[in-house]
Amino acid sequence: MSIFKKFFNKEREADLDKGLEKTKTNFFDKLSRAVAGKSKVDEEVLDELEQVLISSDVGLDTTVKIIQRIEARIARDKYLNTSELNSILRDEIVQLLADNNTDDLDDFSLPASPKPYIMMVVGVNGVGKTTTIGKLAYQFKLQGKSVVVGAGDTFRAAAVDQLKIWSDRVGCHFYSKGMNTDPAAVAYETVQYAVKNNLDVAIIDTAGRLHTKINLMNELTKIKRSIDKSLSGAPHEVILVLDATTGQNAIEQAKQFTAATEVSALALTKLDGTAKGGVVLGISDQFKIPIKYIGVGEAIDKLQVFNKQIFVESLFK
Amino acid sequence: MFESLSDRLEGALKTLRGEHKLTELNIAESIKEIRRALVAADVNYKIAKEFTDTIKDKALGSDNILKSVKPGELMVKIVMDELVELMGGKAEELDLKGSPAVVLIAGLQGSGKTTFSGKLANFLKTQRKKKPLLVACDVYRPAAIDQLSVLGEQIGVPVYKEVENKNPVEIALKSIKHAQDHGFDVVIVDTAGRLSIDEDMMKEIAQIKEAIQPNETLFVVDSMTGQDAVNTAKAFHDRLNYEGVVLTKLDGDTRGGAALSIKYTVGKPIKFVSEGEKLDTLDVFHPDRMAQRILGMGDIVSFVERAQSQFDEAEAKRLEKKIKKNKFDFNDFVSQINQIKRMGDIKSLMNMIPGMNKMTRDLDIDDKAFIKIESIIFSMTPAERADPELLNMGRKQRIAKGCGRDIHEINMFIKQFDQMRKMMHKLSKGNMMNMPKKPF
Repeated sequence: MSIFKKFFNKEREADLDKGLEKTKTNFFDKLSRAVAGKSKVDEEVLDELEQVLISSDVGLDTTVKIIQRIEARIARDKYLNTSELNSILRDEIVQLLADNNTDDLDDFSLPASPKPYIMMVVGVNGVGKTTTIGKLAYQFKLQGKSVVVGAGDTFRAAAVDQLKIWSDRVGCHFYSKGMNTDPAAVAYETVQYAVKNNLDVAIIDTAGRLHTKINLMNELTKIKRSIDKSLSGAPHEVILVLDATTGQNAIEQAKQFTAATEVSALALTKLDGTAKGGVVLGISDQFKIPIKYIGVGEAIDKLQVFNKQIFVESLFK
Repeated sequence: MFESLSDRLEGALKTLRGEHKLTELNIAESIKEIRRALVAADVNYKIAKEFTDTIKDKALGSDNILKSVKPGELMVKIVMDELVELMGGKAEELDLKGSPAVVLIAGLQGSGKTTFSGKLANFLKTQRKKKPLLVACDVYRPAAIDQLSVLGEQIGVPVYKEVENKNPVEIALKSIKHAQDHGFDVVIVDTAGRLSIDEDMMKEIAQIKEAIQPNETLFVVDSMTGQDAVNTAKAFHDRLNYEGVVLTKLDGDTRGGAALSIKYTVGKPIKFVSEGEKLDTLDVFHPDRMAQRILGMGDIVSFVERAQSQFDEAEAKRLEKKIKKNKFDFNDFVSQINQIKRMGDIKSLMNMIPGMNKMTRDLDIDDKAFIKIESIIFSMTPAERADPELLNMGRKQRIAKGCGRDIHEINMFIKQFDQMRKMMHKLSKGNMMNMPKKPF
């Protein structure tokens, strides 16, 4: 257990824990007892593992994969020591997340170059894109960066106003051409604005869209292209925002948004609720996209960098 | 998906034929497949388990499966029937008695409450000839009030708001007085999104409800919701005892298992389904269609209905006849295209057609796609347009030249057209769903 302790910042954990359903039995203890000294995990325990994972929206395919990993590992080395086993089981799941060879971020610091660092934020309707942008801008500001947010959601009623209010709260730059304007033009000009004003970061909002709407997805590709035109090599990060309450459909979202915009990072929102967002395990594994940020509340500071261990722990609480 | 579930069940049940009895043992694999299908559709794990137990009992009580030529289909029918029954008899209307009638909208953040409020107001105004008033009670999220105001303007429904007032209970109460004074007969109260475990916010929504005593409280939920749907629906239900559920964002490709989970858990009807951001895309809930969707089947009935509300009836009848006779031709196709364009997002419409789901997934179906289709069809002779069977290689080559496109594109289009025609024809006969109860 102790190796996990150091990963735990109690305060951060508390935010994530809040509301997570607590069961009396510690799943890992149970699992450990059942497999200790054996080279095979018995059916009943695997069933339980399956139930825990499925109930956290991990999904069938990924659940099977995780179970196979654990079976393989236990077949390889027999475990006698339960506490050792305990951490190894967690470890297997964490490994699944780590297979894309990315380390978790330590904090919200950004690379010194390129400057300006251009981020584009995409996702389906209602996942919390604009809120995430507000919170991100706040964190970058805390890091001493100068930030502009670009109001690229020119479609949804009052979306521009919403981002404006966030930029006022944060005290960062705001670039907009108003409602019903061309989002690609807004993106292009936001980048220009960042360059001209020698800013460190530009974060560009986009309208929520269901990944099944091809013409809207094409529009997203176009927005990204116009960002590249404005500054070659940009955007440097495309963040797909996923709602933790979403089920297996998130996989399809990741697939389609990645196809349209080469998503490079995931942000998982609404983790302060009862949903656990387990679907990102499979997404991160399947598409090799790291999860970078998690949203744990509506307040401006309720955004955290993602931590694999804490996240995996939370699945089993 | 439906095909594949049916096929997989076919495979699992094939070995049974010739045996004399269905037993727990020999049916286990099929039950597992059904459970997998449900879980993949985001039906809650426990509910999927309980549900398949019921299915097992039903199946064990039916000797017909063993005798059936297609035991898989019969099994799917049992699943379908059970799903439909579970999701609740008939679609229920809103209670709009009282002056004004009051509808309270509640749900999580980003579930689509505000958009739904706008759609409901528009629906009541245009379809029920009511005079609705929208009330902006989301005093927390930045620009939420503006959002509702903009929607209200778009549909010509006034919005009651108090920009400086941070007390939603008060705003809601005053709005009702305002409605009485100004002759509004329905008040729709939009509220802030809240998490079920946010005690303060849950208290607040309970207070709003207590204060305004709504005829209907509607719980709005994103149809893409996963396993957590059960927890959230129950937590809101414990506090609000809501009358109905609204499923949003159904224009995506989610299978919507949350619908089953919620109905199963709280037992309240799903009153509306909401698709798309256009304010006139609100539908009443049809359990049979949802069941088909959860099992991965298309939704031909919604498609035809949506078509009918746009086409005149004679035209719709003519179309239906032609589909039934398998005489649907390119002229019909072209003449529908423009009308279809008016019905909303093309792809969501296509997805309603069973079997089209897979095809449209990678197909570039937007309004521009029709330009291509039209160019191909307009390069045909009138005779060809009226009789697709005429098209042979020579004719196709001429058409390709005529529209300046590659022959492959012509072939592809014609192939797709044929598939669509067959599918529509097949479904118009309802070969699957109208299966006789006792065919043996």
